[in-house]
Amino acid sequence: MVAFIVRRLLGAVGLLLIISAVTFSIFFLVPRAAGVSSDDLAGRFAGKQPDAVTLAAIKDRFGFDDPIPVQYGKYIKAIVVGDTYDTGTEKIDCPAPCMGYSFRTNQPVFDQIVDRTPITLMIALGAAVMWVLAGVSIGVLSALRRGTIFDRMAMAVALAGVSLPVFFTGLLSLAFVVHKWELLPEVNYGGLGDNPFNLLLPWICLAFLYAALYARLTRAGMLETMNEDYIRTARAKGLSEKTVVVKHGLRASLTPIMTVFGLDLGLLLGGAIITEKTFSIPGLGQLALDGVNQSDLPVVLGATMVAALFIVLANLVVDILYGVVDPRVRHS
Amino acid sequence: MADKRPAELIDGPGEQKDGAAAGAPSAFLEVRDLKIHFPTDDGLVKSVDGLSFQLERGRTLGIVGESGSGKSVTSLGILGLHNRRNARVSGQIWLDGAELVGASADDVRRLRGRKMAMIFQDPLSAMHPFYTVGHQIIEAYRVHNDVSKQVARKHAIDMLGKVGIPKPQQRVDDFPHQFSGGMRQRAMIAMALSCDPELLIADEPTTALDVTVQAQILDLIRDLQQEFNSAIIMITHDLGVVAELSDDILVMYAGRCAEYAAVEDAFHRPLHPYTWGLLGSMPRLDRERSERLMPIKGTPPSLINVPDGCAFNPRCAYKDLTDGKSIAERPELRELEPGHRAACHIPLEKRREIWNDEIAPKL
Repeated sequence: MVAFIVRRLLGAVGLLLIISAVTFSIFFLVPRAAGVSSDDLAGRFAGKQPDAVTLAAIKDRFGFDDPIPVQYGKYIKAIVVGDTYDTGTEKIDCPAPCMGYSFRTNQPVFDQIVDRTPITLMIALGAAVMWVLAGVSIGVLSALRRGTIFDRMAMAVALAGVSLPVFFTGLLSLAFVVHKWELLPEVNYGGLGDNPFNLLLPWICLAFLYAALYARLTRAGMLETMNEDYIRTARAKGLSEKTVVVKHGLRASLTPIMTVFGLDLGLLLGGAIITEKTFSIPGLGQLALDGVNQSDLPVVLGATMVAALFIVLANLVVDILYGVVDPRVRHS
Repeated sequence: MADKRPAELIDGPGEQKDGAAAGAPSAFLEVRDLKIHFPTDDGLVKSVDGLSFQLERGRTLGIVGESGSGKSVTSLGILGLHNRRNARVSGQIWLDGAELVGASADDVRRLRGRKMAMIFQDPLSAMHPFYTVGHQIIEAYRVHNDVSKQVARKHAIDMLGKVGIPKPQQRVDDFPHQFSGGMRQRAMIAMALSCDPELLIADEPTTALDVTVQAQILDLIRDLQQEFNSAIIMITHDLGVVAELSDDILVMYAGRCAEYAAVEDAFHRPLHPYTWGLLGSMPRLDRERSERLMPIKGTPPSLINVPDGCAFNPRCAYKDLTDGKSIAERPELRELEPGHRAACHIPLEKRREIWNDEIAPKL
């Protein structure tokens, strides 16, 4: 098991290197190929109408004129050991993991990511708890009552849920729940210090989307599992129907759900872009979105890397959990 | 014990219909006019259509027939394992004085595993892949016995040892996929026997196994039967297994009983053309290889559109001997000799003649 985890961790590092190379190329190489010069890049950092001396200093500081592989090497090196930038007037120390500076705010990208991550984490985790509980239990009930009114209603709602994006349900709920009926206060969340229940509305909207998906997934899995021979065996032993369904049926149906859950959560942790934008929550998704809107390449690159990291980690956790849940995987 | 005939087993057809009024029978297990039908979009599937038999403690009934003849559906019906929403079960099943068809789902559940247990066909898919073998036996034991986990675990180890699994103290914590096929079937048997059931239904317990292992498993079942004095229903399509283990044999065709007799009678003086076909399809080592097997032509009928007359009629080589009766009229199951029943329109003398002159010499 330990060897397995170490092997997977090494694989994850390799994967992240590849992802960083690809993203780096996309964000730095493609604009160059499209005719964006190093002066333009420097100009973005410098702000309005810089003189040639400033531009040259900036280009020199960030190494915009170095060959691309050298720039990439420096970027990776900075992540591992940190970096020191010389602005000419002072030296700015950027400790590892240094992901460069925002062109716009001059802040280290990593600090911004550290600030934003807990916010996105709260959105994702809260919603995840809701959607797993709701989705799985509705899916199980639906499968057990296949063809009944409950099943049909639940699946109709699930279909609606899958089809309705957060910017629709979110805006609608903001308009009615918050502004018209004033049932909930405005969504106002800026960090871990704030009351997490301010996120109730985003949680519900996000969870609705995913719960629908999970209900359908669970239902399909349960319908299949409940036809397995070992379910018949469990019944033949005289176990109560509850034990048969939960301990024997649901347990076996959870593996595929777990896989999807890992991917979904990983994806969300990298930034719940639509949810954050809809409810104006300053999470990682907002950071990435702002970065894109303002052509703030280091921020975009940093946000992408963090998102990739979360997905890779989530996959790793799912793989390890697979072994815990399914003994057949553990022994092979 | 010497009397191996199911003679006084079934009441006359008139009394059978009386249902509850007839009261509890004296036999340990008595199935009366059991019907298990499944409504589907294509029509009503009559998987079991009027089946009756009896079984005493310590004795074994072999149910044989082709795939889809209703053998397994019958056994699941006795255990009450059919989904009540999509199966229509009627008739009576009396187990030790209790009627099961009309009983509540919970009452039948309490009997399952304790009073009646089942060994399933494919032990790999019949055991839960995520739980250890020991856990599954402990679970089966603890549903019906209020004991601690330690006591149940000891019992599980005892049971595994009893069915011949080496080092049961260690193997108890193995998962089903770590067992070989034969071991899994032994574990399955240990699980089924964990609560000393009085009725044991074995659904093709050896089909998935090597021949050498088959013999071991059959011996094991026989030994355990002697130890616990259980009644056993052995469901199989392997006549060899029936000859080996059973006292009585019930031949099923298209959800009905074609022939029901003591094993000796069914093998030496069968009175139904379908039984002849089954016997003729059995490979024999003591015959020349050049002699061909005598397979039954055709395939079993769809259970939605069972032929009006005799269900076996389309495949029967002797149907011309009935003056067309087998097309028009369904043959009743009749007691033709003491304890020997068959459902066939061909005149009895003619059948004996065919068997003695045509079939038996070729087997």
